[in-house]
Amino acid sequence: MRAALAASLDACEAAFDRAFGQAGNPWRHLGSLAFLLVVVTTATGIVVYAVYDTSVGGAYRSVRAMSAGPPAGLALARSVHRYASDALVLTMIAHLAREWLRGHAAGFRWFSWLSGVPLVALVYASGIGGYWLPFDRLAQLSLTATTEWLDALPLFGEPLARNFVSPASVPDRLLSLLVFLHIGIPLALLAFIGVHLLRLTRPRSFPPATIAAATCAALVVLALMHPARALAEADFGSEPMTVAFDWPYLFIHALQYRTSPQLLWAAAGAAGLVLAVLPWIERTPHAPAACVDLANCNGCGRCFADCPYAAITLVARSDGRHLPRQAEVDPRRCASCGICAGACPSSTPFRSGSDLATGIDLPQAPIRALRASLDRALETLAPRPAIVVFGCASGVEVASVREPGTAPIELVCIAMLPPSFVEYALRAGADGVMVSGCREGDCAYRLGHEILRARLEGSREPRLRARVSRARVRTFWGARADARSLSAAVAAFRRDLAASPRAAGPSMPPKRREALDA
Amino acid sequence: MRIAAQAVLYAAFVAVIGYFSTSPAYVHLAPGEAVVKLSLSHAGERKEPCRTRSEAELAKLAPNMRSPTVCTRERVPVRIVVAIDGTTIFDVVAQPTGLAKDGASTVYRRLTVAAGRHRIRAELADAPGGRMTYSATTEVDLAPGRLLVIDFAPEAGGFVFRS
Ligand code: HEM
Ligand code: SF4
Ligand code: SF4
Repeated sequence: MRAALAASLDACEAAFDRAFGQAGNPWRHLGSLAFLLVVVTTATGIVVYAVYDTSVGGAYRSVRAMSAGPPAGLALARSVHRYASDALVLTMIAHLAREWLRGHAAGFRWFSWLSGVPLVALVYASGIGGYWLPFDRLAQLSLTATTEWLDALPLFGEPLARNFVSPASVPDRLLSLLVFLHIGIPLALLAFIGVHLLRLTRPRSFPPATIAAATCAALVVLALMHPARALAEADFGSEPMTVAFDWPYLFIHALQYRTSPQLLWAAAGAAGLVLAVLPWIERTPHAPAACVDLANCNGCGRCFADCPYAAITLVARSDGRHLPRQAEVDPRRCASCGICAGACPSSTPFRSGSDLATGIDLPQAPIRALRASLDRALETLAPRPAIVVFGCASGVEVASVREPGTAPIELVCIAMLPPSFVEYALRAGADGVMVSGCREGDCAYRLGHEILRARLEGSREPRLRARVSRARVRTFWGARADARSLSAAVAAFRRDLAASPRAAGPSMPPKRREALDA
Repeated sequence: MRIAAQAVLYAAFVAVIGYFSTSPAYVHLAPGEAVVKLSLSHAGERKEPCRTRSEAELAKLAPNMRSPTVCTRERVPVRIVVAIDGTTIFDVVAQPTGLAKDGASTVYRRLTVAAGRHRIRAELADAPGGRMTYSATTEVDLAPGRLLVIDFAPEAGGFVFRS
């Protein structure tokens, strides 16, 4: 079932790629989109609050006046506030579902997952609390339903719902309390989002500008075309019969009245529990963490800067060498992506010696093995123009492009590739190097594209040296299903390389050649 | 072309939001329905009657502790039975609140009923032994959407019906 869902998500994302391009595809930015919507709701909430009256009699009047005003004034702020909060629920649920389908509920991501779970409750508590403030028929229904729900657990001595059985029973200070909740819970939400992002380096908390602008524009258009209306005022002397209903948030009231408060507790508790223990149900095999080799670490901090999961810290030197710092890996946080190995200045294949050791490495896929497979591939690479294709384990399976003249080499993450390997391949006989990774924005380790692209452009250490001809290096971003496109891209690359053949042959540094020959 | 496709997808997204933010309307009560709420707070009598201390007992106590009666603090649970047109709709035993079970018993119950004329009978037992100590009967005509609240105020003579 999950595989089928994951496949339909892939197909859906692929369809969106055609409309949005890979990098601008909103499916790849659901977390940051959710955060943007939190920010939009907060900003519009502040505007609406400025004119809100917190007295029992004034609350309804102030909200009605807002909606009766000019459509581009406060009414717009109120409507955008509502629709952004609805969009937040949908986006958050899509984000949760997508992370689950991608297998991101478990393993080293357990913290991100687990810290996401309370966000669901906080978003719901914030949104439902918002529906109380207009103090209309819907607020009445929601307050009654919520208090009846809370009363189903033995939390409060006196049933809370007794406050809403008649106009006289409604406490005077009620709206001040409701406003306090509707400010306090969203603030808690913001704080918990901070926790949610704690284990990520440079969290993408804002979506690309095009997505942000288009989303805001779409919400404004919706708010102008379908403004939030004022309903009838709350009247606790009678029951609301039929109400315009915000389903994304309030469906739980409908569920409660169709079943029972106890059943709703059971359902919410079960859902919360399943989400919370999912990381332990879905145990994924833990690949060995990256290891630091002090003999080859000079404490430069490049690995620290590139690690997407904040698994590396720079600590005081422990081996007595006269260097200020050394890298240290927290194995519990490590994703085993190898991006750190790609960052380390010691990961250069030009170093002599058959045993290439680097400062930080993956025990299961060391840089040494990467050079060995590259050397082996280069030895027999023919006919020309010959291409080496480096690919990542999460994107297109690069073995699928193996043919005479094309040597595929797979890495855990494409950003594990030190740029010096590109130069090395070109100097040791390849006419072109193709670098293939996941679809843009879809890196299994979050930052792979951004890091690798910057290294190849020469704007981030370690850089691909300027003297390497950029015409001989190409990138390809694709998902598992894009094997055909990769083949086509390789074929096109070969045609272009054939059209501009290289003057000289391999230009391997003599030392390495000797080592190879021996 | 791509921009148009994006516009269509964004429009679809906000159209879904716009629609489900108000529609379909939620039918909380069907056209022929009304609601009865039983909502009261009342302290039952003490579980055991207060006992008068004998002279001998009083003499044993320190002078400032010589209160002539001893009372246990625990109260009896309050039972409320409500019948509508002869059918029992609520039969609730509410335990006293507080750790020492010395607080009031509170009840809140909600029930949807058919609108129209109804005969409501409410009874309450708040003394040891469970005998019904209060009872009241009323006739109400509940229009659709109306609310009948059954409350209890011993100082007003017992049950209070508000509709
Ligand atoms: C208000 C609600 C939420 C917001 C604003 C939010 C925001 C974010 C953001 C900004 C990221 C970082 C994306 C990146 O930089 O790669 C992220 C990652 C993540 N979120 Fe959420 N999130 C929310 C709710 C949830 C929920 C409910 C879950 C699941 C229970 C969840 C699970 C995850 C996971 C597993 C990651 C890690 C992705 C990775 O390691 O690649 N989030 N979230
Ligand atoms: S393997 Fe990846 S997650 Fe682990 S330390 Fe290196 S860069 Fe960080
Ligand atoms: S990149 Fe290499 S040399 Fe620099 S701190 Fe990390 S392990 Fe040490």
